[in-house]
Amino acid sequence: MVPSESTKPRQNWVSTANPCHQCRPLGAMVAFQGIEGCVPFLHGSQGCATYMRRYLISHFREPVDIASSSVSEKEAVWGGGPALRTGLRNVSEKYGATLVGVATTCLTETTGEDLGMLLHEWRKEIAENPLTVREPKIVTTPCPSYDGTHMDGFHAAVRSLTEQCAQTTAPHGKVAVFPGFVSPADLRHLREIFAAFELNPTLVPDYADRLDGPALAEAGSITEGGTTAEELASLPGSTAAIQMGKTLTDSLSGAAYLESQWQVPRRILGLPIGLRETDALFALLEELSGRETPRAWQAERGRLIDGFVDAHKYLSGRTAVVFGDEDLAIGLVAFLTEIGLKTTLVVSGGKSGKLAQGVERVTQSFLENPPRILSDADFRDMEDCLESQTADLFIGHSKGYKLTRRRDVPLVRVGFPLHDRFGGQRILHLGWRGALSLLDTIVNAVLEKRQDDSPVGYSYL
Amino acid sequence: MGTGGISVFAERKNQILVAGTAGETIQCDRPSLAGAVSQRACVFCGARVVLYPIADALHLVHGPIGCAAYTWDIRGALSSGPELHRQSFSTDMREREVIFGGEKKLEQSLLELIEKYQPKGAFVYSTCVAGVIGDDIDGICRKVEKVVGIPVIAVQSEGFKGNKRAGYSAACKALDRLVGTGDTTGISPLSINILGDFNLAGEIWLIRSYYEKMGLQVVANVTGDGRIDDIRRSHGAALNVVQCSGATMELARYMKEQHNVPFLRVSYFGIEDMAESLYSVARHFQDVDWKVMERARQIVSQELKDLVPEMKALKKRLQGKTAAVYVGGAFKAFSLIKAFRHLGMRVTLVGSQTGTEEDYREIQQVCDPGTVIVDDANPLELGAFLKDNDVDILVGGVKERPIAYKLGLGFCDHNHERKLALEGFLGMRNFAREVAATVESPVWKFVPRRIGRTTAGTALSTERKEP
Repeated sequence: MVPSESTKPRQNWVSTANPCHQCRPLGAMVAFQGIEGCVPFLHGSQGCATYMRRYLISHFREPVDIASSSVSEKEAVWGGGPALRTGLRNVSEKYGATLVGVATTCLTETTGEDLGMLLHEWRKEIAENPLTVREPKIVTTPCPSYDGTHMDGFHAAVRSLTEQCAQTTAPHGKVAVFPGFVSPADLRHLREIFAAFELNPTLVPDYADRLDGPALAEAGSITEGGTTAEELASLPGSTAAIQMGKTLTDSLSGAAYLESQWQVPRRILGLPIGLRETDALFALLEELSGRETPRAWQAERGRLIDGFVDAHKYLSGRTAVVFGDEDLAIGLVAFLTEIGLKTTLVVSGGKSGKLAQGVERVTQSFLENPPRILSDADFRDMEDCLESQTADLFIGHSKGYKLTRRRDVPLVRVGFPLHDRFGGQRILHLGWRGALSLLDTIVNAVLEKRQDDSPVGYSYL
Repeated sequence: MGTGGISVFAERKNQILVAGTAGETIQCDRPSLAGAVSQRACVFCGARVVLYPIADALHLVHGPIGCAAYTWDIRGALSSGPELHRQSFSTDMREREVIFGGEKKLEQSLLELIEKYQPKGAFVYSTCVAGVIGDDIDGICRKVEKVVGIPVIAVQSEGFKGNKRAGYSAACKALDRLVGTGDTTGISPLSINILGDFNLAGEIWLIRSYYEKMGLQVVANVTGDGRIDDIRRSHGAALNVVQCSGATMELARYMKEQHNVPFLRVSYFGIEDMAESLYSVARHFQDVDWKVMERARQIVSQELKDLVPEMKALKKRLQGKTAAVYVGGAFKAFSLIKAFRHLGMRVTLVGSQTGTEEDYREIQQVCDPGTVIVDDANPLELGAFLKDNDVDILVGGVKERPIAYKLGLGFCDHNHERKLALEGFLGMRNFAREVAATVESPVWKFVPRRIGRTTAGTALSTERKEP
């Protein structure tokens, strides 16, 4: 039975209160951070760039530069072309951008700015008044903030990067990987997993270094790392395109583009969270490489199952609420289901319409009663829904803290944004290793709660 | 004279100068340069900052979800009672509203939210899109106001219509609609309003306690721990005490014009400024009650008795260290320069997002010669400065923090998000401890900036046993 997906729970609110998602351009800004030499650029008012920088900096604890065309009243009325051109010139000449990822915002989408025409004018201008540096590649992506969420913006930017950079390339044996919005630690882990099969992945995007980089002796204008321009250009020569995440539509999938336009075989996986979704990834890598999973990695899987067994009684019969981005939520529910935690409610600000189906896929034959699903929802909807029921554990990002604090229930923090904990950029969600680390965190959250609530105060648990 | 290698953008040359250079005036209050990654925000941000702490009001953002999402409970403005301001309400405009107009959704949202949360008043913030599609927010607010019987006020805060200062102005206009609508009976002739304090980390409680000890009645907090009804009757106070460069000055001026309430400008940061704030308020009331001044003196001497020994001890440790200051408003910069002097530290760069020409003139006068002064800086300029100048600490906000940390230097958060009280005498002590906590950390011994290399090289000695 597919759980019913409802966009509005008990109360039919018109307004949104305490949102569970962010706006579309934010996701695009994250994706553009994952490209070497790229300066993410918002065509809109100055505030958007500043708010998003602050939001991202508080999570990643890294410098996050986002340029803006700083559209003013004059440009909102007469067109933002001149502001965009000044901005592009500055990020090229002063920041040394080799690629500029331009996203529109609600303002410039509403005033009807035509990015194609604006870029045409930009090229005309630099033909007349050449840049002092090499002309950067410009990738544009429309980001009407009133349509979709930050996840749509993320995928849209990845798709735009793929479409606008891809060039005819002879097959080169590399694998294109579209991991979705995962943590820098996850990206590093993926590199390691692929290397174990001697596969050479092109991660699009790859912000592992730029959003979790080392201490520096001096400030370069753009931090090092990211998918290179050459890698983007040669994507059509990949042997396969792996799409992680099943809720995105094909029109936002870079892998779908490589498949339809360049006949690169596309393989779709759920985010590899927990045992079964990670098994699917390793099975695919065995197939693509023609190699068996190396022993060290098999041992890692073995330790995970050993952990499952050690943990099962602490978790048995307990319930959980999962919230956040749709693909992440599905992966988490898959994992919780494996370790015996019953998910009773899944909440997401996303609205792909595929959340219920995804949850069904990972819970069927395990759960008697499928969890309730709320999509296009906010924390007030979640609160309304929880009035009569509670759960032992909540799993999601920082913004759920107030709700769990009121209910005195532990919140296991994962995903984005993590604004009230340290090390959000280093949380490992993916792979068997990520699952084991999540398992430790979850069991310890349960134990800590039990210990704190206990009148005895056992030091053995 | 050089500007410490900070000048990067030709267009911004006149927004940077060096103290002690005769005759130079800084250019400021200019729109941010496109593509320069300004640290500034927008009109909406300015308005939201000022009105946000009014705790029993509904704050509804009329626009797509981003503006509400990014401002949900981000500031440390505390309330002693209701906490409605800490929730994030939005009309969450979708494509349909952008095409057909958002007025209906706004009206329905207001009605349902006011019914559910029973606020004492409501502010509706206009955003870029609401402005561009021409929703009549003011019209809807007036219509709803008649139905619900509480003030419902439109805030004209379309992001693109200027910078943060324009947002302060929009907020002051909104507040001005409230002032003068409440009953002023029972207000003492020895009374004040506290303007321009946002009760970050409970600061207004501290400041309020000083004033109350002086025998003054505080009518309204504008806006830290603020209440709609207090603001409505705030015109009954005998004096407006205004902190912060620009945020609430405009309201003080309106109140002077319309209600004949005089105002005084003060700053609660640092020892002299804090003491002088209390004295100047006491002076204002000395003809009504001479004891007010006596009490102010008592407060200051009592507080200093506790504070001075610790400051002296910290100064001994921090003497000769250097600081760079990049903050939102210029008034904070003045106080910080003085505060660092008390710690024996020198400020080598001072900048602000929204300083006025007058502010920068004043900064030039209080700075040591050679100090670089910058308006509306960006990460490139700050990075360039920090590269060429060995600074021990940067004072700024969340957006400046990673610049400092990445380059391996100390940092003090002096922004609206901080959770540490920095105002008052207690705040000075907190600030001094905070400076010491970061500057004296052992971690700087390992950063590449100090050891000049990024490879391993700080190993403790390894014992080697000869066979």
